[in-house]
Amino acid sequence: MPLPSPFHQRTSELCTSLLWKEWAGYYAVCSYGMSHEPEYHAVRQSAGMLDVSPLYKFDVIGPDATEFLAFVSARNVGKLKLGQVGYGCWCDEHGKVLDDGTVTRWGEQAYRVTSADPSYAWFSRHSRGFDVQVKDVSSDVAALALQGPRARQILEDVCDGGDVGDLRFFYGTHSKIAGVRVDVTRTGYTGDLGYELWMPAQEALKVWDAVMEAGKPHAMLPLGLDALDVCRVEAGFILLGVDYFSARRCMTDVQKSTPYELGLGWTVHTKRGPFLGRDALRREKSTGSVWALVGLVVDWDELEGLYNSFGLPPQLSSHAWRTAVPVYDQGSQVGQATSGGWSPILKKNLALASVHAAHAVPGKRLQIEVTVEFQRRKVSATVTETPFFNPDRKRA
Amino acid sequence: MAQTWDAIIVGGGHNGLVCAAYLAKAGRKVLVLERRHVLGGAAVSEEVHPGFTFSVCSYVVSLLRPWIIRDLQLSRFGLELIPLECSFLPLPDGRSLARWDDAERTRREIAGFSQRDSEVYPEFGQAMAQMARVVKPLIDAPAPKPGSLHPRDLAELLKLGKHIGGVSAEHRLLLSKMMTMSAADFLDEWFESDVLKAPMSVSGIIGTFQGVRSPGTAYVLLHHYMGEIDGAFRSWGFSKGGTGQISNAIAAAARHYGAEIRTEAAIDHVMVSGGRATGVVLEDGTELRAKTVVSSVDPNRTFLKMVGKQHLPDDFVTQIGRYKLRGSSGKVNLAVDRLPSFSSRPGLGGHLRGDIAICPSVEYLERAYDQAKYGEFSSRPYLNVVVPSVVDPSVAPPGQHVISCFVQYAPYNLKTGPESWPEHREAFGDAVVDTLAEYVPDLKESILHRQVLTPWDLEQEFGLTEGNIFHGELSLEQLAFQRPAPGWAHYKTPLNALWMCGSGTHPGGGIMGACGALAARAMLTGRHV
Ligand SMILES: Cc1cc2nc3c(=O)[nH]c(=O)nc-3n(C[C@H](O)[C@H](O)[C@H](O)COP(=O)(O)OP(=O)(O)OC[C@H]3O[C@@H](n4cnc5c(N)ncnc54)[C@H](O)[C@@H]3O)c2cc1C
Repeated sequence: MPLPSPFHQRTSELCTSLLWKEWAGYYAVCSYGMSHEPEYHAVRQSAGMLDVSPLYKFDVIGPDATEFLAFVSARNVGKLKLGQVGYGCWCDEHGKVLDDGTVTRWGEQAYRVTSADPSYAWFSRHSRGFDVQVKDVSSDVAALALQGPRARQILEDVCDGGDVGDLRFFYGTHSKIAGVRVDVTRTGYTGDLGYELWMPAQEALKVWDAVMEAGKPHAMLPLGLDALDVCRVEAGFILLGVDYFSARRCMTDVQKSTPYELGLGWTVHTKRGPFLGRDALRREKSTGSVWALVGLVVDWDELEGLYNSFGLPPQLSSHAWRTAVPVYDQGSQVGQATSGGWSPILKKNLALASVHAAHAVPGKRLQIEVTVEFQRRKVSATVTETPFFNPDRKRA
Repeated sequence: MAQTWDAIIVGGGHNGLVCAAYLAKAGRKVLVLERRHVLGGAAVSEEVHPGFTFSVCSYVVSLLRPWIIRDLQLSRFGLELIPLECSFLPLPDGRSLARWDDAERTRREIAGFSQRDSEVYPEFGQAMAQMARVVKPLIDAPAPKPGSLHPRDLAELLKLGKHIGGVSAEHRLLLSKMMTMSAADFLDEWFESDVLKAPMSVSGIIGTFQGVRSPGTAYVLLHHYMGEIDGAFRSWGFSKGGTGQISNAIAAAARHYGAEIRTEAAIDHVMVSGGRATGVVLEDGTELRAKTVVSSVDPNRTFLKMVGKQHLPDDFVTQIGRYKLRGSSGKVNLAVDRLPSFSSRPGLGGHLRGDIAICPSVEYLERAYDQAKYGEFSSRPYLNVVVPSVVDPSVAPPGQHVISCFVQYAPYNLKTGPESWPEHREAFGDAVVDTLAEYVPDLKESILHRQVLTPWDLEQEFGLTEGNIFHGELSLEQLAFQRPAPGWAHYKTPLNALWMCGSGTHPGGGIMGACGALAARAMLTGRHV
């Protein structure tokens, strides 16, 4: 049975829909009301606040912390400046991705790592020979994501110190909220302007209350995972266990992915000393990848026409979906779309798909399977670069 | 030699801008000329009181075509639509009804008034969605070209309906009822309770000089269900930053594709020589030449004021003279220092995150119409109220709010004459505030600023002839192949090189963009520009 998160007392009061799910062993809100749409729109036009405490969090500390993290990450973590956050992934010896997450350099020899999967054992195993300590602080640290165009103003109103307003994209600072020491990073999973707040779990409620109060005049809403899921599809962010699987859990090689195949090539630095998976990744970089992750935009007129041929108006869920469907190029299957959904802001029907690399050409028309009235049909979908939605304010 | 444009667009309302964007995107040299200092026409946001941005005229959006949003990449240029979460009807006796996205919650609310209606309500919605599907292609394509021009010939519409996926006999009957009945009579066949009939029938009369018992008004109900905020059939929404943000986003797209846009450039008349439009003359006397002139102002203004009868065939002039404008609505916008609190549901709640109707009964609406028939504004009018600042914090300072009241009836032709409206403006504003204050007790103390727009103001300031919000009533005989005149429903006009692209053309008024886009398409595919 899942556990309550440090914010449960507040979230359970507000979650009048009683729509919950399990996330990494915790109860997490799907949507506070019966529909997640107000929460989605809050993120895109004011602000939303999400309990992200279930993320796994590790402190990596010691004289060799930098070398150790550079060794286990595909990204050259050694290049992170003080206060900088790096997004990247961890691979096995064969260059297959185990997990993705962020690394924040809080001190010369002190890092905080977040991940989607429990990774303590794996970190510990590889830390042998390094003068470093890995500590799982997952349950000691509570976390909130504050996302949306108003997030900066809300934080400026509620934070005491740390020059939060000047924080650059993917940097962090120390501040105080309601007297509680809070680490603030300008990160998130919505593709919008946004921040994440990291604080001691025992004092989490004080911070929640203060931010909620500060958010009121800005029409901020508490945010659940359903709205987040729509945002992350628009942002083109992949999700472990949905768009790819940890090599650790895969039964066959085909099920595994490399960073290049997941569109994470930009996070891989191969021109450096040894790191886990380096040789395989170097090889792949020169010979090319088998798969590629692409964005797809489903042709609306065709979809509407398909429904019309059944005498129906188009029926689209406002939820993002995550049951994979085949993707075709003229009759032969070339991959699968693993998640997607209707983008209210773009008025487009989006999907994230893994396809054979040869088909990853922006503008190319493929077909995606659509089921109408229990019948499987195909509708055109155009290969598109991600992010689908990328407002300037995200980095500005 | 002076500069020549491929097209000069008369008016920088949203349709003129859409037309400009499509023409520019196709590589044409386009100039948009707008009389006012801001773009948007009836889709405009203005900071009327410091810190408060009003959607001065139109205030919610439903029919803006998603394909236009995609074609012109409007979200990239700042467009964001936020669906209304609720339709709220406060009643004078302290009860109230809120209809939500959530079907079960809505059923419970309606059952408080009528259990029977609560169960019929979803059936009605389903029937309307089917009807909307049948009729929808009408607004995404040029008007059908009927063989005969019988005023109430439904055959064409039905043929079109059949064409797109089979209309059952049952639905055909329903559609023909909607084409002929009054909104209130049609709803009588479904529902028993006034709390549904009153607010629903009202959508049949918005912008017309008709009552909810006037025949033919049922059809316009469908427009409500055609609202396509998400491509899927959904209804109304706010535009972040007000409806002017829609126009601004379209203007940004148009500029991106190369169009030139000028404000404070009022056109006096269209230049005509050798039987064609050759350009425009501004009020300051500047002459601007173009291969085509495209007017987005209403048909009356376009033909009778800017072109002139002498350049047009007589029968066409007669038809345009008959085209009904008859404005019947006004607008009151309030800047307030606190959240409006309804006595029937005090404080902040989901019921404020949508639209609020002041129309307690069908009889109330009829009474409001009676006064209008005799040339008076309704002393207890129908109000459609929104408080966009509850969901969109960008339009008011923190903790303060804007209240937008759409008001009907306010007949353009007051019995003392339309030009006497300025003398009645404040009394009209008082009637609106008094009406709303019956439901929001501390409303009057909270008002920081009040903006009152009468039909006269809509004409003088926004160029809407007779103050008609849709550039002509959306009554059946003025729709589709008869808008604005039989035989001239395809954006072309009897004057060579003069085109139309405003709400006075098919598919009509409202923030749809379809008029502008379809006009551009007609010009481009026919290689007329
Ligand atoms: C009070 C009110 C409330 C409404 N509410 C809604 C609503 O909530 N939802 C909805 O969908 N629709 C609503 N409408 C209708 C909708 O706003 C209009 O149908 C639509 O905006 C018209 O767009 P348009 O581009 O066709 O014309 P307009 O917006 O009228 O644009 C015409 C432009 O031409 C300009 N112009 C006029 N004369 C000249 C000249 N001589 N020289 C140069 N330029 C000139 C005008 O200034 C204007 O900018 C409302 C309208 C009003 C008035």
